[in-house]
Amino acid sequence: MSTAVGNTIVSLPDQSTAQLPKRHYINNEYGLLSWLLTEDHKRIALLYLFSVTFFFFIGGAFAGLIRLELLTPQPDLVAADTYNKFFTMHGLIMIFLFLVPSIPGVLGNFLIPLMIGARDLAFPKLNLLSWYVYMAGGTLTLAALVLGGVDTGWTFTTPLSTHYLNTHVITAAMAIFITGFSSILTGINFIVTIHRMRCPGMTWFRMPLFLWAHYAASLLMVLGTPVLATTLVLVALERLFGIGIFDPAKGGDPLLFQHLFWFYSHPAVYIMILPGMGVISEVISTCSRKRIFGYTAVAFSSVAIALFGFFVWEHHMFIMGVSSYSALVFSLLTMLVAVPSAIKIFNWAFTLQKGSITFETPMLYCFGFMGLFTIGGLTGVFLGSLGMDIHLTETYFVVAHFHFVMVGGGLMAFLAGIHFWWPKMTGRMYPETISKLAAVTTFIGFNLTFLPQFVLGYLGLPRRYAAYPPEFQVLNVLSTAGATVLGFGYMLPMLYLVWSLKYGAIAGSNPWQATGLEWQIASPPPTENFAEIPIMDHEVYDYEWLANKTKKEVTTVG
Amino acid sequence: MGLSPVLWQFLVNWLHNATLFPAEASTIAPYTDALYFFLVLMTIFGTTLVAVLVVVFSARYSRQRSPVATQIEGSTLLETTWTIIPLAIFLVVYVWGALLYFRIYNPPTNAMNIYIVGKQWMWKAEHPGGQHEIDALHVPLGQPVQLTMISQDVFHSFSVPDFRIKREVIPGRYSTVWFEATKVGRYHLFCSQYCGTQHSGMVGWITVMTPEDYKTWLEQSTSGQSLAQNGERLYASMGCNSCHNGTAAARGPDLAGVYGSKLTLTDGRQILVDDAYLRDAILNPSAHVTAGYAAIMPTYQGQLSEDGLIDLVEFIKNMQSDYRVQQTLVTAASGESAPTTPPQAAGER
Repeated sequence: MSTAVGNTIVSLPDQSTAQLPKRHYINNEYGLLSWLLTEDHKRIALLYLFSVTFFFFIGGAFAGLIRLELLTPQPDLVAADTYNKFFTMHGLIMIFLFLVPSIPGVLGNFLIPLMIGARDLAFPKLNLLSWYVYMAGGTLTLAALVLGGVDTGWTFTTPLSTHYLNTHVITAAMAIFITGFSSILTGINFIVTIHRMRCPGMTWFRMPLFLWAHYAASLLMVLGTPVLATTLVLVALERLFGIGIFDPAKGGDPLLFQHLFWFYSHPAVYIMILPGMGVISEVISTCSRKRIFGYTAVAFSSVAIALFGFFVWEHHMFIMGVSSYSALVFSLLTMLVAVPSAIKIFNWAFTLQKGSITFETPMLYCFGFMGLFTIGGLTGVFLGSLGMDIHLTETYFVVAHFHFVMVGGGLMAFLAGIHFWWPKMTGRMYPETISKLAAVTTFIGFNLTFLPQFVLGYLGLPRRYAAYPPEFQVLNVLSTAGATVLGFGYMLPMLYLVWSLKYGAIAGSNPWQATGLEWQIASPPPTENFAEIPIMDHEVYDYEWLANKTKKEVTTVG
Repeated sequence: MGLSPVLWQFLVNWLHNATLFPAEASTIAPYTDALYFFLVLMTIFGTTLVAVLVVVFSARYSRQRSPVATQIEGSTLLETTWTIIPLAIFLVVYVWGALLYFRIYNPPTNAMNIYIVGKQWMWKAEHPGGQHEIDALHVPLGQPVQLTMISQDVFHSFSVPDFRIKREVIPGRYSTVWFEATKVGRYHLFCSQYCGTQHSGMVGWITVMTPEDYKTWLEQSTSGQSLAQNGERLYASMGCNSCHNGTAAARGPDLAGVYGSKLTLTDGRQILVDDAYLRDAILNPSAHVTAGYAAIMPTYQGQLSEDGLIDLVEFIKNMQSDYRVQQTLVTAASGESAPTTPPQAAGER
């Protein structure tokens, strides 16, 4: 290793002699069946990577069409019905087929066993099943699309969805119903694995924060998703047989649907963001060579978010004539759930203090995350505040707010994680310069797309409008321009990551000089992960331990 | 608001002219905007703080300047600080928001009432004097107006951004919202809850007029029949008067003056009779039987449109004696047109 201090921590093996390991999980077996029947968590993670990327670009295409239609006030690109199908598909695909499974399915599957020093997840077959279930749900969603689409909005609001639409509501509802089981299976698998499969010495407080975040998200998946499944079944029964549970004419309660739906769909937001927070903790620690500031607080804030996240759902219904007293309670709880997120942001910021910081691509995405998630979180406080919510709810303000959280937060974290663990997954580095360009492009494009939407929201433009009054056009044009930049920013990684599979520099086992157990084995790892189960004999994020270990290895070899 | 009214007006007008901000056209708008500005400042402050921390630490502790990191476990003092301070700010927002919520949703007692029926994809406004409007609503300046709203099909949401008010319009139950306009002009009315194909076409205009102009408008737009008069006809034609007629032998309770009173039901519940109760009692009588009466009333579910229900509710609301009901019992067949009811045009109640 060179002694001069460079501006990067990346240390790669000598490229003239470096080679990928002879045998690893990718080349261990060949043939389609070896992938389709694999029980290896790393291969399943790659299956997830292909599928979520596929659905991300389909969902993204719909986003592009939506923004294109909104370039002009008139509904001139497509008819209103078609526009309604566009935003429904965009929402369904991005939420249920991309954001919910993306980080757990890809990074969680790949890394949880590696990080806790296990050879696989607790239930490898269940893991494969969860991918098949996901694909079945995804295929059915595409079927609903190909058969003619669905225009309920991703929220399936009754009685619109049950009595007033002639589109493929049942197909779409069943698709989401099925996809939910994939989420439940993944959650169970993670919970059991984290409880039962930790290597000797890996106590709860020696676990990387990535695991705490996934543990909290898994709890939400297991406890929340069944409620969504129930709700969708009730919608289907109401539509098919008119059982009347949501129909006021038969003594049903249309607000009941809202309660049931948001009982899942608010925690779902945390299912999408918590794993991302786990990624951020790992990257920030590694790129500033420091233990995360206040590890315990960050770990418990994940659990607190999961816990409080279940008791805020009614803040989606403040204007729907719910009792004022319950509104008071839910608004208060909403304020409380914002606090753990604030704690995390400050803890990450102070992790940088007295660190030794480098600015590789994953770190840039993390900085993007911190900025955008802060805005997303604070604008959530607007909506949690009872009186303010009246004016802002159901407008573009809400759209901008949740895109800041889920795209500015969740997607930025996903990209940070993909770049960070790309060398571990593939054995090769991504190209640094162009990927930095992509990170910056994404950040600029994102802000240009969604900042104008806050203003549109306060002006009162309702969401899900195919046409809008002409005075709102300027801000919509800005937003569409931003979306174009954003789309470009998302295409880039797709291209250069594929390129890097063949031409990327050989990464070696630990290019980041990171402390996690996953970095102490070859890249890509062998099928069995660890030749012998490791013993966690040091604290988490212990850079001194790593330095000593490296020194010892150099001495031994030399 | 702690800001000089002149500066406030300047700020609001400047933002409005730059199309960054809606007009302030109701008494509520300045209150909402004050909280909004506070929240915007909070967001700018919070985001700037995070950005400054990241940039300063990045510059000061970059690998070139700080080759070796100093390990820090954490700091209870610092962590408590950034738990307590955000919590305190959020609690201020909570209390402020709650006060605003009650201000927006609690109507003053002198508010005049207008009925709104939402349906795919139009807004229908019904004034007590019988004026009907589609996708439009005329209201007087400086007079609190309460809207009693219901949907005939799916969820809609009645949103007037320039008044900063919005309320879900729900099938099967009345919801209410009120405002007091402070500026003459035309303001957007939006449906903000996704309601199907023509959701974005379910828009209209609120026209705020001076009280004199409004009076002229009321006179010119009347359909000749007030809602209560329509209700009276329905009351006779649906046969309500055969039981609810206030005679000694009546099989149904006397409805004169029932509105606003407290009823005891057969199941012992005490109920305040309001618009929603009247509507429910017509559609689902068996669950709303007044103590002392038999549950013999049939349901009118499916026989009355929401407009018809509003007419009936409005009639019962304004029914002070049974005199005219008993008259209709005798003269229902005579074909004589109903005499005009006392003035109950909006603005005079």
